[in-house]
Amino acid sequence: MLASTMPLQRSVAPILCVQPSRALVDEKFTVLVKNLPPGGPFTVRSLHLSEDNDYWEAYGHYVSNHQGELSVWDDLSFGGTYTGREPMGLLSSMRPIPGSRPGLRLRKKDVTTPMLVTISVYCGHEDYRDQTPLASVLTERWHMAPGVQRFPLQENTVRGTLFIPPGPGPFPGILDMWGGGGGLLEYRAALLASHGYVCLALEYFKPGEMTSANQEFSYFETAFNVIKDHPQVKTDRVGILGLSLGSAVTLNLATESSVVEPRCIVCVSPNNVFSQQTSIVGAFGDIFRFPVKHDENNCEIWREMILPLLKDSSRKVKKLRCPMLCISGCDDQNWPAVESVDDVMETLRAVGKDHLLTRADYPDAGHLIEPPFTPHFRATNFIRGSTMEKVVMLWGGQTKPHSEAQEDSWRKILSFLQHNLYGNDHARSRL
Amino acid sequence: MDRTQCCVQLSVQPSRALVDERFVILVEKAPPGFQLSVRALHQCEDGHSWEAFGHYISDATGTVNVSQDLSLGGTYSGVEAMGLLCSLRPVPGSKPGLRMRKKDVQAPMMVTISVYQGHQVEGFVDQVPLASVVVERWYVAPGVRRIPITDHGLTGTLFLPPGPGPFPAVLDLWGGGGQLVEYRAALLASHGFAALALDYLTAKVIRETGKMVEDQYFETAYKELQKHPQIVSSRIAMIGLSFGTTMTLKMAIYSKVVKLRCAVCISGSHVQPIEKSVEEILSSFNDRADKTRINEENQVIWRDLLLPIPTDPSLKADVGSLQCPLLLVVGEDDQNWPTKESAEDIQEMMERAGNSHLLTVLSYPDTGHLIEPPYSSHTRTSNFKPVGTNQKVTVLWGGQMAAHARAQEDAWKKMLAFLRENLYGGRKASAATQSNL
Repeated sequence: MLASTMPLQRSVAPILCVQPSRALVDEKFTVLVKNLPPGGPFTVRSLHLSEDNDYWEAYGHYVSNHQGELSVWDDLSFGGTYTGREPMGLLSSMRPIPGSRPGLRLRKKDVTTPMLVTISVYCGHEDYRDQTPLASVLTERWHMAPGVQRFPLQENTVRGTLFIPPGPGPFPGILDMWGGGGGLLEYRAALLASHGYVCLALEYFKPGEMTSANQEFSYFETAFNVIKDHPQVKTDRVGILGLSLGSAVTLNLATESSVVEPRCIVCVSPNNVFSQQTSIVGAFGDIFRFPVKHDENNCEIWREMILPLLKDSSRKVKKLRCPMLCISGCDDQNWPAVESVDDVMETLRAVGKDHLLTRADYPDAGHLIEPPFTPHFRATNFIRGSTMEKVVMLWGGQTKPHSEAQEDSWRKILSFLQHNLYGNDHARSRL
Repeated sequence: MDRTQCCVQLSVQPSRALVDERFVILVEKAPPGFQLSVRALHQCEDGHSWEAFGHYISDATGTVNVSQDLSLGGTYSGVEAMGLLCSLRPVPGSKPGLRMRKKDVQAPMMVTISVYQGHQVEGFVDQVPLASVVVERWYVAPGVRRIPITDHGLTGTLFLPPGPGPFPAVLDLWGGGGQLVEYRAALLASHGFAALALDYLTAKVIRETGKMVEDQYFETAYKELQKHPQIVSSRIAMIGLSFGTTMTLKMAIYSKVVKLRCAVCISGSHVQPIEKSVEEILSSFNDRADKTRINEENQVIWRDLLLPIPTDPSLKADVGSLQCPLLLVVGEDDQNWPTKESAEDIQEMMERAGNSHLLTVLSYPDTGHLIEPPYSSHTRTSNFKPVGTNQKVTVLWGGQMAAHARAQEDAWKKMLAFLRENLYGGRKASAATQSNL
């Protein structure tokens, strides 16, 4: 028999085990390899084919122990796309494979299917691309927990998708908004529903079509009410979560609206440049009064342009009526997030409302603070809303601290939402 | 109850898992000292509904942790993390004698876990729960490949783990009910073993020729595994339950073709006329049908058919000449086969022959015949139609639910460890085998 004449360690594959093999995208996994030759060099690699047909990968260089085992959770990586002890490095340090189109960003569009990631182990620390892996498994990363329902909104006035957790409810609700890239992105809303919130992912303009953007404040108020008035939502427990431009809208709703009263708000990569009177288009117009800066790679840097605008618009923050969590990256090259929060803090302090604000500023984190274990993007392609131009936008951040910021901030966001939207009344701070 | 309705939170972690993985069910934000029922509901592929429930009281923080807290009643009691799955039974009003067995292994088993106010025993369907979640229980890990095997007259399904391999393999046999039962093989593949579920009693070739299979059928299946480019031909095992044990021992001891690295025999016996065909073995069992017992509930007990364990060596498989490790799994309350008595005799025979170091016996008190993968509901009795008859009877399999559930969990863990050590193990395992030659 051919098999029995082969050296023993090649006669049967090593055992590679990823636990859990099916998980939500914000859950950790362990990667354990057994039955390897002891004390040998091995590369553990992740590979994912995106919906846009680009390959993304990450890898770490490991050394097996005397029992022929290695554990990504416990052991250190000595090279690759991440180093040191990084249990989730195989996901958070993913980047497009060499030779890919530049400026890519990984974002799940179809949230009803999982993200499929192949985890493999190879011999050695050199280039593995020509090798057959020693072992390989598939893992599923889901945005939707079982039982979460997805409803694209049919209503003409509000465009978006509603996610409802399983069970009778009623549940607290969240209005979820992304930023200046536009379009409809469902993945964070799906994940929030998997954590027990009725969540509306809202579209307020199509990518690049800034002029057609829903400018009216009332659009956002209507969207909020779609959630609030839903039969499975507790009417007095609706919050708002916004990132970037979305956080500006969020702050507006929490300070200027006479129609809606969010129970709490979360602003990621916040800014407070927009007032009710200024439409989104108008605000962008304000920004571009100043010339756009570029870095050495010709990436656009917007933070400097926006900075001067802060001084004009902080006044409305005085009217804040609910707890607010601000998540910022100190290396945010797109918006002056930290300065915005400083500004908000000052204004609130002046009227004795600073207890409403909780801030988390993350050193060396950039603008795109996403749910955990997603790759970090320092600069990606972007369609400028006002001009339809394709540019490369500098978001900022260094991979390791940015990944840590994503992991930590998500935990803080969930705990803030849990406390304010699920908590008992007497536990909340009142005005 | 409006305030309560919003507050109570229910979580089951993980929400997607393999069927042999545990979960943690947490109820939070209930009022402290609150009476709650936690209930599982599952609709099986036949359309029947199965349920289980436990009665709990929340602690001072308003929390119930099913893994740590006592169930005070329901379909299970005590601290039973997986009680909601182990104690699943058909909802009141269902047909009697049902058994839950997954047919489509590529789709998950969906279970709805809910929490209700108070200690309810019935009428859940008419009430609105305080909270409810859905969990998925899978027989296949992502990437496991399912390949129907129909070559060379075989009726089987091969499950391959993901990856290039090569993998060790297991030939998986069920018992006297026949059919092609895939779920254990699918689960084994999810643990890194290529696994071939083989129908050897109701296979296509049997239906077409009207004749039972011969030894050659199993040898062909074995050779198919050996030939497979992703299987290591020298690392093949067999696992058999009930009559599958009879076949496993027959092959392990007498076949000139089948060379097993190890064997697992669950709820079976070595009692069989040696050097006879499969058909003759089945006849010999049927000849003793007069030893069938029927209890007060009209349930059939077949354990006496093979008793007393014969002393005549031609009437039992010569386990003294076994050359590979053997794991026996025994339910001491097995009412269908005399598993315990057989295991004792096997032990004696192997001690006399000097190969008892190959034998491991896992014997479980209050455990019945149907020792299935963990957290499957315990079937103490069910409707059964043995192959070759038109008679449907209600068979008593045996076992008490809590003990049986524990046995399933423990046996599975130990079976996997046994298979891993013998099929994946390196020099250690092959040295043990060589020392018997």
